[in-house]
Amino acid sequence: MSEIVITNPANFDAPRPTIPLPRGPIPAAPPKIARRSIDIKIDGQAISVPEGSTILDAAKELGIETPTLCYLESLTPVNVCRVCVVELEGSRTLVPACSRKVEPNMSIKTDSERVRLSRRIVLEFLASSVDLSTAPNMREYMDRYDAHPERFGETRATVAQPIKIDNDLYVRDYSKCVLCYKCVEACGVDAQNTFAIAVAGRGFSARIATEFDVPLPDSACVYCGNCIGVCPTGALMFKSEYDMRQAGTWDEARQTQTDTICPYCGVGCDLTVHQQDGKIVRVTSPLDHSVTHGNLCIKGRFGWQYVQIQPADPPEE
Amino acid sequence: MLWGSNARETHPIFFHHLLKGLRNGAELYVIDPRRTSSAQWATLWLGLDVGSDISLANAVAREIIAAGLHDEKFIRHATSGFDAYKAHVEKYTLERAERETGVPAAAIRKMAHAYAKAPRAQLCWTLGITEHHNAVDNVVALINLTILTGHVGRYGSGVNPLRGQNNVQGGGDMGAIPDRFPGFQHVENDEIRAKYEKAWGVKIQPKRGWHLSDMFEAMEHGALTTLYVLGENPADSEADRHRTLKRLTGLEFMVVQDLFYTKTAELADVVLPAAAGAFENEGTVTSSERRVQRVRRTVASPDGVRDDLDIIFDLACRLGHNWGAPDPETIWNEVRSLSPMHGGMSYRRLEELGGIQWPCYDESHPGEMFLHGRFWSDPLIGPRAPFSVVEFEPPVDQLDEQYPIRLTTGRKLDDYNTGVQTEKFASPLRREVALEVSPEDGLHYALLEGERVRVTSRRGSVVAPVKFDAALRPGLAFLSVHAHDQVSTNDLTIDAVDPRSGTSEFKATAIRIEKLQPV
Repeated sequence: MSEIVITNPANFDAPRPTIPLPRGPIPAAPPKIARRSIDIKIDGQAISVPEGSTILDAAKELGIETPTLCYLESLTPVNVCRVCVVELEGSRTLVPACSRKVEPNMSIKTDSERVRLSRRIVLEFLASSVDLSTAPNMREYMDRYDAHPERFGETRATVAQPIKIDNDLYVRDYSKCVLCYKCVEACGVDAQNTFAIAVAGRGFSARIATEFDVPLPDSACVYCGNCIGVCPTGALMFKSEYDMRQAGTWDEARQTQTDTICPYCGVGCDLTVHQQDGKIVRVTSPLDHSVTHGNLCIKGRFGWQYVQIQPADPPEE
Repeated sequence: MLWGSNARETHPIFFHHLLKGLRNGAELYVIDPRRTSSAQWATLWLGLDVGSDISLANAVAREIIAAGLHDEKFIRHATSGFDAYKAHVEKYTLERAERETGVPAAAIRKMAHAYAKAPRAQLCWTLGITEHHNAVDNVVALINLTILTGHVGRYGSGVNPLRGQNNVQGGGDMGAIPDRFPGFQHVENDEIRAKYEKAWGVKIQPKRGWHLSDMFEAMEHGALTTLYVLGENPADSEADRHRTLKRLTGLEFMVVQDLFYTKTAELADVVLPAAAGAFENEGTVTSSERRVQRVRRTVASPDGVRDDLDIIFDLACRLGHNWGAPDPETIWNEVRSLSPMHGGMSYRRLEELGGIQWPCYDESHPGEMFLHGRFWSDPLIGPRAPFSVVEFEPPVDQLDEQYPIRLTTGRKLDDYNTGVQTEKFASPLRREVALEVSPEDGLHYALLEGERVRVTSRRGSVVAPVKFDAALRPGLAFLSVHAHDQVSTNDLTIDAVDPRSGTSEFKATAIRIEKLQPV
């Protein structure tokens, strides 16, 4: 189909609605500043990565799998779990791979005896005190590092506490919390900037809490669910998922995921809809999506329930 | 600049991006009668009187010109009508604007300088600008500022109307406006019309149709007697509800196609149960950043409920046009063949690239992250951007002794439009709909929080509980639009319509507040 051509377009003092505008140049973003390459060695293999990369990035590039708990690509590393530590030549202590930036000529061991021992102890401490039954990666990590939390005995201290169900959307079970701070980060400067939760208390009594530990409906929470989106252990859970788990009907093997676009405002958030047996059971968003970075608002995260409403009987004449 | 937008609540994930900018040192100016949750993040909040936007914009322009901060080179290169504009805004001194808008002159001056001096600046607006009787004037008053400063057509700079619905952009793009075919091609252009007539094998009327408000006018005069409503709930959403209901019930025949038995559906002769677009249909929607994205069927529709396409194809068949079996991708490819700006957006590319921003002319075109780059081409490509001379006009529904309070309306974070979808989930944030007033007015009228009061406008009257909100200035009240079964906000609002956009002045109603029991 031929295009409508404008003759002498610059003669117009204003666009005319009936005449299509001509094409302009294709817009471009300013060029990215080139980052210099840094040469390092990991487990004896040489690799060159852009300045600003972390040891974790470099290890990933080499196909070396590093366990992480408090790390997430969309959040600022807080270095609390220490499960990703690696041995850096010349360093007195082990360093966290998730946040330590590469420096020229670093020599790193990711699987030395010292690293394995440290990771094992971290996993044992966590698994001895926290209920990790809904943390999918933990079992695998514990097998890999031969962790035996049961060696601390039956009288070991735990963070077991009553589950908090104070609203229809979220369940908070801090018996399952490893204090990775991801929820705090997502609620804070890394995404939502609502600051409804923070770490309260010290030492073994440290826990995630709202201000003065009030129930969520009395807090600043706006129910975006972005904390649930980043929780690695299931301590924070959608009520829909919790209810199904309680009823024994939650079965991820029967679930499929399909991406669509949120039906509400015009921002265009990508929703990953998890369905089981023809019912929506959970909504998430991809971490690498340019619009959401994994984050949603209350409507995107929970506003799908209208889809499940079954048609009522036709109204009477 | 966020002008007449509470993006923190109405576009929460867009606001995440904005917050990243603030964390990186950007400044935010919020122009809104209410000190909203967006305004709380602002470098400066300009709490103007409802409907005084043009006075403010013109004064900003005057200040920029007076301080020599306008982009003379850009103005000469790419715009027209500057001299007349300059002479016009000369009348809008800071003092006059302070009087007309209620914003201190120093604040206007500070914003004007910050905007003009910024290396990059975005001007975003939403319904605070467009739900007025002079909506288009408001919009061009803001566009004037962008071409005055050259903040348009460049990376990081531009005008950005934040779209309020997931496919309101796409609806317009697809020709759901009275004078356009898909891709904004004008129906009154003979060549374009001939192209569509050839493709569709039908004669197309050479004149534009009616927009929504024209249609409601036409119902009043009996010029429109049959209505087919798809996914809209005008019985609740139109301004001046009493008049709306009179018009809808006066129709000879109305079909409503919707997910739910809405207030509008209750008035219909035929109701067609439709599937939930974003979750049960295949197709595309277009976001606020012009990004065409795929929606997909995630679950099956309930029994007896059909995809919109199925319904429309079946209807066409009954009317004597067999369009074959409905297939979203085939239809999309027809759009691509007729609308140049969608030409390169195959389903495959939409999938691979996670959506494409129009225009995208062919399959080697990456899509365009911003528009109007042509203004910076030398020599200039295409027509100039005209300055528009627009005058401040107060809202139609004027305040007086009988109706001394300005009521404005808007959305809440957890609800959406007439609440048809959002009322189905149990939001812990949701409270009973209340008339929100300033604490000062509460004191003035001797009101208690939660007390039920009568709220009366020149068109109707409702009873609502009172809630105090320190974000409101004295003389300003707020009602949400989500739950007309609780408080029928649109019984109060005025259908003073902008003749060009067809939008009613939802944002400016004159009301009075009366206690139900004497003190």
